[in-house]
Amino acid sequence: MLQAKQTPPESITPEAPRKGIDLTLNGEHFRHTGDPKMTLLWYLRDVLHLTGTKYGCDSDQCGACTVMIDGKRALACETPMAKLAGSEVTTVEGLAGENGGLHPLQQAWIDEDAILCGYCQPGQLMAAAALLKIKPNPSDADIESLPNICRCGSYVRVRRAIKRAAKAMQGDA
Amino acid sequence: MSDSILRLSRRRFLQVMAGTAGALVIGIGEVRAQDAPSADVPLAMLGDDVTALGPFLRIEPDGRTLIGARDPDCGEGTRTSLPRIIADELDADWRQVIVLPLGPKVVNENGNARWRYGRQLSGESASIPAAWNDLRQAGALARWLLLQAAVRRSGVAASQLRCRDGRISAPNGKSYSYGELVKDAAQQAPPQTPPPLKVPADYRYIGHGAGDVDAHAIVTGQQRYSSDRFDGDPLIAVVLHCPYVQGKLDRIDTEAALKVPGVKQVLPLEPEPHQTLGNTPLAPSVAVLAVDTWSALRGRDALKVMWKQTGREDESTEALFKQAHALLDSDAEPTTHVRSDGDIDAAFKHARTKIEQVYVQPFVAHALAETMTCIARVENDQAHLVIPTQAPQQALSLVQRLTGLTPQQITIEVPRVGGGFGRRIDQDFVAEAVMLAKAAGQPVKLYWSREQDLRNDPYRPAAVHKLSAALDRHHRIIGWRMHKASPSMLTGRGVSADRLWTSEMERDALPAGLVENYQSSWWGLDSGLPRGETRADAHTVNTFAEQAFLDEIAKATRQDPLDLRLKLLGDSDRSLPYSGRGGAIDTARLRKVLTLAADAIDWKKHRTNGHGLGIAYAYIYGAYCAHAFEVSVRSAKLVIHRVVCAVDVGRAVNPTGLEAQVIGATMDGISTTLGQAISVDQGQVQQHNFKDYPMSRMAHSPRDMQVIVVPSEAAPMGATGIAMPSAGPALANAVYAATTVRIHRLPLLPELMRLL
Repeated sequence: MLQAKQTPPESITPEAPRKGIDLTLNGEHFRHTGDPKMTLLWYLRDVLHLTGTKYGCDSDQCGACTVMIDGKRALACETPMAKLAGSEVTTVEGLAGENGGLHPLQQAWIDEDAILCGYCQPGQLMAAAALLKIKPNPSDADIESLPNICRCGSYVRVRRAIKRAAKAMQGDA
Repeated sequence: MSDSILRLSRRRFLQVMAGTAGALVIGIGEVRAQDAPSADVPLAMLGDDVTALGPFLRIEPDGRTLIGARDPDCGEGTRTSLPRIIADELDADWRQVIVLPLGPKVVNENGNARWRYGRQLSGESASIPAAWNDLRQAGALARWLLLQAAVRRSGVAASQLRCRDGRISAPNGKSYSYGELVKDAAQQAPPQTPPPLKVPADYRYIGHGAGDVDAHAIVTGQQRYSSDRFDGDPLIAVVLHCPYVQGKLDRIDTEAALKVPGVKQVLPLEPEPHQTLGNTPLAPSVAVLAVDTWSALRGRDALKVMWKQTGREDESTEALFKQAHALLDSDAEPTTHVRSDGDIDAAFKHARTKIEQVYVQPFVAHALAETMTCIARVENDQAHLVIPTQAPQQALSLVQRLTGLTPQQITIEVPRVGGGFGRRIDQDFVAEAVMLAKAAGQPVKLYWSREQDLRNDPYRPAAVHKLSAALDRHHRIIGWRMHKASPSMLTGRGVSADRLWTSEMERDALPAGLVENYQSSWWGLDSGLPRGETRADAHTVNTFAEQAFLDEIAKATRQDPLDLRLKLLGDSDRSLPYSGRGGAIDTARLRKVLTLAADAIDWKKHRTNGHGLGIAYAYIYGAYCAHAFEVSVRSAKLVIHRVVCAVDVGRAVNPTGLEAQVIGATMDGISTTLGQAISVDQGQVQQHNFKDYPMSRMAHSPRDMQVIVVPSEAAPMGATGIAMPSAGPALANAVYAATTVRIHRLPLLPELMRLL
């Protein structure tokens, strides 16, 4: 677009840089300029409409809002935005590979049909993804340490899916 | 079968019409020309106006096959199983099927308002049995029309043509896709009589497993539940309910809340006493409306509300149980004599052995994954709602009453729902959203926190059972008394006093019909706590008492719990009359699932590793179910090593989905039995969140679970609730076998820890 030539003003008052919290979310840069006490859960859901991360209890109990922060399992409902400056956040929307292919866990979830109502499953997947990062070959006890609630009770298939994905990922390595 | 088709053809007709773009639309219902969908609407725009044809079917010229799913999917798998019934009769290519949800719709025909889609309700495990005939008929008609079009195109007789995967092939090698035939098919006059249905041997989808149609969207976080939608850019309404049972709003100070940035309005909701807006009375509440949830929550925290109690100050669950015990121990006349066979007094008088036991089971909450939410936009001449409901038609009627709009002015969308289990048959949250949207004068999205959700549930009624058995010298059960005291789920629903027992008791509950002298009676209890439908309803508590008691009889008479059950069912095959839903009980089918579960868990093999086995069975909604559990309790830690569940649901429409329902219901039974209780003290619910209302997690899930589906040609029954009732007692019986601790009061885990 053509712009008219402007005469520079006599004096320049630089605009203050807009304050905000810079973070990386699923590989992209974001700046949060609202209430720094707002939790990541409502930032994702209400501000960005990135609704894969679910509300479940708002009290660190159910795991529906599980995400990864700097590669570790975290709960979005208890993470204020202020804590996220410079952090890398991964939500379920960012779990798939860059080429658009599914994460082995997502594929295993589909293969085992580990879904009932499905509402808690993004959180289950993120918790499982974080587990496989530290325990690539998880034991039953490791899987039983997962705290996420599935109200519909698809645990039997979730357990199978985690084992299937772990096997697939080791096959790739 | 032919009888049901004839009835179908008298009451309804199958509708065929051509859209302007040449799509073929078929549905079942009562449709006027102006209600007819036009086929030129883009796929993305397909909504109620277009899909307004019951269990409908639409084939695009490019071959895409759109099938409407009329029942909400709260995890029951209806969005997968119902369309597959149509797709099978149609010989569609499942990979080309797109499933669309159908909202409720009323049409006017000659002045008579009718539901366009017939029954729309996800409840009582009834979606599949209710749709079995309709949906196959819709698929078969479409296939017939396409065949006629192919006959004209090819000159080959219909009997020579073959339909498969969305194509019709002739012996001469010519083949046509459904997409290229739809224009011609749509011109075709429908047949005089319904076209024949497939024989089961030809089923390609029915009886063959398929994963959930929404699986990909769910695992990638793309699935939009109601709570994920922002239709109309709504204000978020965070609700605070009165914490007292049947309490009232006293005073409210909104000043601080209104100062919170982002908060727009604070609205009290004070329903009239006894105002019937759903199944349960609406609790008084205050809503904070804000631009986003975060601001609304801050506003809620700043709100000062005083509530008052109004006559239920002394209500407590302990007092309720005391009252139940007193009634069951007295000679008080029951509220209802439910059933009486033979001479029960004589049986007990002449018994060699008499056994008696009382079981106490608490109120439990639904605690669904997705808490109550609803988006409501209400204008002068129209309303649009997004509702996670199990009962879209009740929702529509309620919105109509609250807004004064006609059903045609109301649009209701029901996206995939985050759990149902009976909770979303009640419409209290819909009423709140509509009232708030009206009061606010703009679209509102209702938000219940977990705490509000848990403390304002239509709970499963608490129950106290007193069971007594009379045995002869051969340890045969000659007398059975089932006395139960509970607050009826139906209280306050306009049900006459002499029918309140019907939600609490099954007249023909087992072992009725197997024991010569049988008596069941019910005592109604008073409670102000709201009550509602739950998975399998009272079957769960009743089966727990019955199946746990059978194990006590086995123990007292030194019989094997499996042998005792087999002896009770008898060697000869019998059909026991059953007045509840599902029809007569076939003892052979019950024996079959019991034996299958026992064999699979290796029942007769004595465990030396401290593991205990437990077994139980149930008949529910026409389906047969048996559970076998293997557990251990070491250092106060319960591990469920293995579970086998054998089910006979008639024909399994989607075995993959059926297995999912059985796994889920089993887990529901485990979770409810192990840890869950809602209690009231001084007129207040005592639980707040998952901290004090424990939902079982992975650690209490079975390490291994096997689901055995009995092959059956019988008409399909539901799946969602059927594996709930026998899971709890099989678990408790296994815990007894492992620990010799018998649990008579639920929840099990705290009781076990107390007794160990």
